[in-house]
Amino acid sequence: MKLKINGTEHELDVDTRTSLLDACRDHLGLTGSKKGCDHGQCGACTMLVNGRRINSCLTLAVMHEGDEITTIEGLGDPGNLHPMQEAFLHHDGFQCGYCTPGQIVSAVGMLGEVSDGWPSHATADVKDGASLSQGEIRERMSGNLCRCSAYPNIVDAIETASAKMKETA
Amino acid sequence: MNEHVMNQPIGETRLDRNTQGVIGKGVDRYEGKLKVSGKAPYAYEHLIGEKVAYGFVVPGPVGRAKVRSIDTSRAMAEPGVLAVVTGDGLPRSSAQPMSPAGQTMDGEIFHYNQPVALVVAESFEIARHASHLVKVDYEEIEGRYEIESRRGTGRATDAGPMAADTKRGDFEKAFAAAEVQFDQTYRTPSYHSAAMEPHTSVAKWDGDQLTVWSSCQLLETNVQQIASGVGVDVSKVRLLSPYIGGGFGSKLGIGPDAVLAALGAREAGRPVKLALTRQNVFQTTSRRGETIQRVRIGATKDGKITCFAHETETPNSEGEGFFEPSGISSVFLYAGADRLVTHRVITSDVLMCSAVRAPGEATGMLATESALDELAVRFGIDPVEFRRMNEPDKDPQQDVPFSSRKLLECIETGAKRFGWADRPKTPGSRREGEWLIGYGMASASRANSLMQSSAEIEMTPDGRATVKTAMTDIGTGTYTILQQIAAEMLGMPLDQVDVLLGDTSLPSSSGSGGSWGANSAGSSVYVAAEAVIEEFAKRLGVEADALTLKDGHAISGNRQIPFSEILNGDTIRVVGTIKPGDTSDKTNQASYGAHYAEVAVNATTGETRVRRLLTVGAAGRILNEKTATSQCYGGQIWGIGYALEEDLVVDARNGLIVNHDLAEYHVPVHADVPKLDVVLLEERDRHASPLAGKGIGELAIAGVGAAINNAIYNATGARIREYPVTMDKLLPHLPEDVGAAA
Repeated sequence: MKLKINGTEHELDVDTRTSLLDACRDHLGLTGSKKGCDHGQCGACTMLVNGRRINSCLTLAVMHEGDEITTIEGLGDPGNLHPMQEAFLHHDGFQCGYCTPGQIVSAVGMLGEVSDGWPSHATADVKDGASLSQGEIRERMSGNLCRCSAYPNIVDAIETASAKMKETA
Repeated sequence: MNEHVMNQPIGETRLDRNTQGVIGKGVDRYEGKLKVSGKAPYAYEHLIGEKVAYGFVVPGPVGRAKVRSIDTSRAMAEPGVLAVVTGDGLPRSSAQPMSPAGQTMDGEIFHYNQPVALVVAESFEIARHASHLVKVDYEEIEGRYEIESRRGTGRATDAGPMAADTKRGDFEKAFAAAEVQFDQTYRTPSYHSAAMEPHTSVAKWDGDQLTVWSSCQLLETNVQQIASGVGVDVSKVRLLSPYIGGGFGSKLGIGPDAVLAALGAREAGRPVKLALTRQNVFQTTSRRGETIQRVRIGATKDGKITCFAHETETPNSEGEGFFEPSGISSVFLYAGADRLVTHRVITSDVLMCSAVRAPGEATGMLATESALDELAVRFGIDPVEFRRMNEPDKDPQQDVPFSSRKLLECIETGAKRFGWADRPKTPGSRREGEWLIGYGMASASRANSLMQSSAEIEMTPDGRATVKTAMTDIGTGTYTILQQIAAEMLGMPLDQVDVLLGDTSLPSSSGSGGSWGANSAGSSVYVAAEAVIEEFAKRLGVEADALTLKDGHAISGNRQIPFSEILNGDTIRVVGTIKPGDTSDKTNQASYGAHYAEVAVNATTGETRVRRLLTVGAAGRILNEKTATSQCYGGQIWGIGYALEEDLVVDARNGLIVNHDLAEYHVPVHADVPKLDVVLLEERDRHASPLAGKGIGELAIAGVGAAINNAIYNATGARIREYPVTMDKLLPHLPEDVGAAA
């Protein structure tokens, strides 16, 4: 089958039981997305599929032929960081770094949801759409666990990156 | 051999002079760009592109049993299965920290879901499927799965992280004679580290040489544990842990994956990758034992503590001597002439108990800092004032001076910053609509220790430096602070200094645990840097003290010589070693802090929200203000978890850890955490290490849950002595007039 990841087509032969996450980690050498629970409980494996964030451990690779998949490697690399990666670095939005790719990809996906006007549990009035308050960020990022507990710095990083991304948009 | 033994307090150092200006600064993490881009390779992410096999653990199906036989024939018949490893030598669980070897199964199941076999196959999916085809025939044995009904049956062990008993004077006599007697029992549940990276190993044999990439905190003892488990000499094993996805104590000893992967690779004749499943991690690594803690405090009628007793009962499994040392800070934190601290281990047939972040303080201070609050309330004294009244002027157990102690300064700074004076003076008196508002505070302390550690500094002809040590960075910021120490000592810009960690082929190190890593490994870099400076001085024909080093230049008199010129084409390699010495015995060393919490408790539902949380800490020299603050956030948030959420539930009927995943074992998430406040006071502890620093990684978790619980009392008038403080425990105590609040 073929998977289009970070703009590149990959030809691969996988078991029908192989998750999208394991296809990347075990078959394509894309190990940036992490496996923390394999049950969609921690968010460390978050990827963007057609722009929408998903837990890649909860979906099978064979379901994604033709999809546009973005992993942490597709956002930026050490020499050319995405504004979200840059902000995580400067705000110390991580410690051990294991949940970090998932947090960053999730944050990028989340900003897209907010700009599309999707409400959340923390949205005061769904008619008005959502603004990017700290409460909104916390609510929308709660699917991404961080046991080192970098949460306060992650929230600050997302605010900084969001402002920067708006500037350059 | 360049060695520094900490027998005397350290004088002024190049770190104090701060010529390069990088020590203490909140610079970005050295390895940060790799981590944010997914390019930092964790244990599983090695041998990319090589032909490897995948392992999957077969968990034992009952709590306690003798294994009659294991039938592997159906699994072996499955296409793609390469090996099924069984045998008495399989690890039961993780190894205890710094033990020579982990315990083995020896034909028995000692706890529910203990590994009984490992399936190795061409793919993860095949191995997982085949693991269900392994049939275990066993004879069940009646197990002991809870400690409440067996109180008083515990044993005193000498294999714990501190002495089981610490006594001074005659506590019972003093307590009987005390004008005011306080006697309460507190309970903390079992906890799990729940690091985000599961315990994972990749093992590869080249002839009789074994290389293991694993997620480990203490490489020097971990490599020995692997060698013992596999049955080879330690000289044949190389262990690498360049990046570790969190440890929190659970990776101090090797996980069962390390030995299983090595055995599997030997049998399959191919490198094996084995990542424990999240369920395995909960059920087959280690946990923090639940505690029952009796706290007795005698005092004069005006509030002076005269005697202090803290007695802990906690489980561990057969053959294990480790205990949760809940009384560790009770030995010295508050005044009182007669003292008694004891720990008893009740044998249980549940997963091994071991170290989790801040063993002792994390559970003990949930009890004692609540007790202090209860006593202050009973006396009608401000909890801040009550602590001031009972501040000892020296270690009340051993009569030695404190190396440095800023507990009261932390408490006072915190009180002012938090607005403690504005607290509700009567419990349940402040209300905002349906929310009851309360303030609480608690002290923090964390015992400090220095361990032997070595590091090499290599100076290359271009004037660059590389720090090399088998130290680990478990997210604590080790890469970064070692870079900063080397750069400050040698007078170099940060980008001229590289750091290599996590490989047993490098000089052996203390590893990361007990908040000793920065001080120990950092001091070894300090010693190595001093030796480099000596060499520079020798080459320049001057005294080392006369050299000022800055921006890669040595400045002596009116000469300014670039390092590349001093090196003159040579590469210099020096190893420095730090060893603990007399200052550890002659002083009591600990980091201190104070926590202040504001909570809102829903008057109808009992839901508790932490609104504000402030921690003021003093831990000697802070090596990187940013990473140290992040460590404190982590401690505070663990405190939120311990106060309100975390509770590892064991089924008392069969020993199953019921909530064995991240959906059911509730750790704090983004939505549980408000904006936090951390203040680190300026301090130098010259007895602690050449860096004049003390441990910080575990300080902030000590006592913070009690501050939250004390705030809940202040909000509601309900005193809950069984953690976590969940809605079901609060509901019976909430005000009757809930209707009026709506």
